Amino acid sequence: MISDSAFWLLTVLLGIGTFLIRFSFLGFLGGRQLPEWMLLHLKYVGVAVFPALFTPLVIWPEATGGVTDPIRLIAAGAAFVIGLRVSVVWSIVAGMGTLYLLQYLTG
Amino acid sequence: MNRRAFWRGYRDCAPFILIVVPYSMLFGVVARDAGLDLLQTMSMSVLVIAGASQFTALALLKDQAPVFIALMAALAVNLRMAMYSAALVPHLGHARLGTRALMAYLMVDQAFAVAVNRYEKPPAMTPSEKVAYYFGCMMLICPAWYGFTLLGALLGQAIPPELSLDFAVPVCFIALTAPLIRSLPHAIAAAVATLASLLFAGLPWSLGLFVAAFLAMVTGAQAELFLRRRARRATP
Repeated sequence: MISDSAFWLLTVLLGIGTFLIRFSFLGFLGGRQLPEWMLLHLKYVGVAVFPALFTPLVIWPEATGGVTDPIRLIAAGAAFVIGLRVSVVWSIVAGMGTLYLLQYLTG
Repeated sequence: MNRRAFWRGYRDCAPFILIVVPYSMLFGVVARDAGLDLLQTMSMSVLVIAGASQFTALALLKDQAPVFIALMAALAVNLRMAMYSAALVPHLGHARLGTRALMAYLMVDQAFAVAVNRYEKPPAMTPSEKVAYYFGCMMLICPAWYGFTLLGALLGQAIPPELSLDFAVPVCFIALTAPLIRSLPHAIAAAVATLASLLFAGLPWSLGLFVAAFLAMVTGAQAELFLRRRARRATP
């Protein structure tokens, strides 16, 4: 059971902290021109953060207790290839579809 | 003109509804399971709007972790957004302070990725179109996040585990990554991020994510500089 006081303390502080993280550069730097070297690095934020987020989730899924699941690897691969070749919607459909299909086939 | 950019953003973000709906419902269900009431569940979703950190904080609180530890772990999960914030400066930094604060509050992964992807592709947008486009993206994702958290919390029934909804999260991020891989340096950065995230997975407080992202960013930038230098040498 989560105590009310712990919950509210955490939620309010997490709300404030998360806002400050999001506000940080955009809020305090504002319209200032960023140096060239920084712009160069910032172009890679997306491709740097997202694979680092999803790779451990694919390789060590929480749902299997961290055991690598070949079906999830294949489904992730399908989502990636379709995402590169076709579109975002089909990437999501391919990922979940492959997962369901293989889970169904393997019982 | 701006209205068109707004609806363009709204449409471009639409596919992610497929992910946001089950994910936010899952949060509603999990929060009620953990013993939160309706007001608490919704307060958390509205004050924080950052799914991964909300799940982290709840799980730790449920395990009777001290508030400070739960807070630090959840904030570490959100640190990546400082990088989003910086990446948005060149595109949105010109907006008024109040607008920037609102943009900061609404900054979520999917909309960030869709917006930056659009900004960096031709045809170039005007600064005010970029702002309108950003709000178009967020205006779809954020209300859905609130609404379906509420629905999940009201239904309160555990979603059957056969649906493997946990897998919707990595699939979402895979779908976000693919269109961002536009050049060789982008591909190299993604590969480094993948390997490094596994290598540093053992670090506490999700710091592995941060280290991996940092290494990938530096590698991508260096690869671009290297290719530029080589191209310059080839055509003197």
